[in-house]
Amino acid sequence: MNKTKTIRIGSGAGYSGDRIEPAAELAKKGKINYLVFECLAERTIALAQKARKSDPEAGFDPLLEERLRACIPACRENNIKVITNMGAANPVSAMKKAAGVLKEEGIKDYKIAAVTGDDILGLIGELDAEFIETGESLENYRKQIISANAYLGAAPIVEALRGGADLIITGRVADPALFIAPLIHGFGWEMNNYSLLGQATVMGHLMECAAQVTGGYFADPGVKEVSGLDNLGFPIAELNSDGSFSISKLPDTGGIINAATCKEQLLYEIHDPARYLTPDVVADFSQVIIREAAKDFVEVHGGTGKKKTGMLKVSVGYLDGWIGEGQISYGGAGAVTRGQLALNIIKKRLINLNIDPENMDLSIIGVNSLYRDGKHRGAPAEVRVRVAARTPGYDEAVKIGNEVEALYTNGPAAGGGVSKHIREVVAIKSILIPESLVRPEIHYLTI
Amino acid sequence: MKLHEIAHSRTGDKGNISNISVIAYRQEDYPLLEKEVTAERVKDHFREVVRGKVIRYELPQLGALNFVLHDALAGGVTRSLSLDIHGKTLSSIMLEMEV
Repeated sequence: MNKTKTIRIGSGAGYSGDRIEPAAELAKKGKINYLVFECLAERTIALAQKARKSDPEAGFDPLLEERLRACIPACRENNIKVITNMGAANPVSAMKKAAGVLKEEGIKDYKIAAVTGDDILGLIGELDAEFIETGESLENYRKQIISANAYLGAAPIVEALRGGADLIITGRVADPALFIAPLIHGFGWEMNNYSLLGQATVMGHLMECAAQVTGGYFADPGVKEVSGLDNLGFPIAELNSDGSFSISKLPDTGGIINAATCKEQLLYEIHDPARYLTPDVVADFSQVIIREAAKDFVEVHGGTGKKKTGMLKVSVGYLDGWIGEGQISYGGAGAVTRGQLALNIIKKRLINLNIDPENMDLSIIGVNSLYRDGKHRGAPAEVRVRVAARTPGYDEAVKIGNEVEALYTNGPAAGGGVSKHIREVVAIKSILIPESLVRPEIHYLTI
Repeated sequence: MKLHEIAHSRTGDKGNISNISVIAYRQEDYPLLEKEVTAERVKDHFREVVRGKVIRYELPQLGALNFVLHDALAGGVTRSLSLDIHGKTLSSIMLEMEV
């Protein structure tokens, strides 16, 4: 492959529910070689695993069909390869679904790959491990566990690209791996060139949340102005074979790309910037240089990396009871005082239901729901009382909202607009396992 | 003045750990951030929310600090009873700090 050419990658989604039309625009006008959809949050795969349990064909991203219909015809026309983790808990089923949908769209001679092997639930019974977050033994949770997915690296995606896949659907893969695989493939990088992989990981990290680097989640009128948030352009990374890259967007889209948007995203969800652990590399972001080269055009270099740890992070999902919630509003003079009275009543009622105050969250939205000590004082025109409590079962969770609703006839004056909500808690904690325990597999389907 | 006048910020979450960046708009204000916005001050600023340790990382060439707040998200996104389970709004309160 010609080592002097550049590779252009578009980011088509920052999370599973993200806007779809900016991705379609990139497919049509972005002059990109690859389009990546990152759609799998920490918790999403556990919920998908639950869905698959009740229907063996289910468990992949609910927007798979809509995204493919909106983007693949243009990708096909412009020879853009597509990489996504929309397979969630069921990449093979997602591949079959994609094949059906794309046939309907008139796509032919098209090779789809599914990457599996991240699901290690079958191994969990034999593993002796501790949760990274708390040091607790896995043993204590064994019966509640419903999912265990290892973060795979770039290797199986690279293999699928080498195998000629046009669309690659994975389950749990480290987010940056979705973005660095095309570079390893296209530039012929070695998997042990950690300096290059580290620099490329900077790009993957900046791109994986889509509009969060092009002005989304950034605006703060008065200090950080962003125009066109209703029509944000998703980012395009253009890479050189030394890993240095630029970030830009389509000219006719809203948003902004400058050093500030890139810095915020560079540090997003990062702990030690010199040690960002991925399955492929220990990336070092600490010396990254960001340069504003033109309007909405930023150049980035200076990322590096060290040898990977050889361990993979595994997200373990387990059932952890239920959360019931209720809300009610109070307005006008004394709104906060009546809200507080409402909370006092509910607290006593829930204690009578044997709910430990440790498992309650009692707050007044507008006063102290986000910051416990209520940083802003003064009398709001209206407040919303919020009660949430953890319960072992569904039936108890129902009572939380019902208690709030009963404030209509039993609580302070003039409460209104009750809402109630119940959800089953699928909690996530992590363990580390040696990468040798995980064997990625690639499945192909050609239409 | 408030930090909000000279810096911007974004919060991220991993499990029960929150990270909050503090980034100077102008490179010349970075030394002030490094001097005043210490891990101890941040821990105190978020005393109602953070139960664990606070670690600060410095990125002078970006004019940025990165704070890692342990045990800060009431059990983490999946278990938290809070309204803002990710702690995404914490960046705004960081910028309320007086410098």
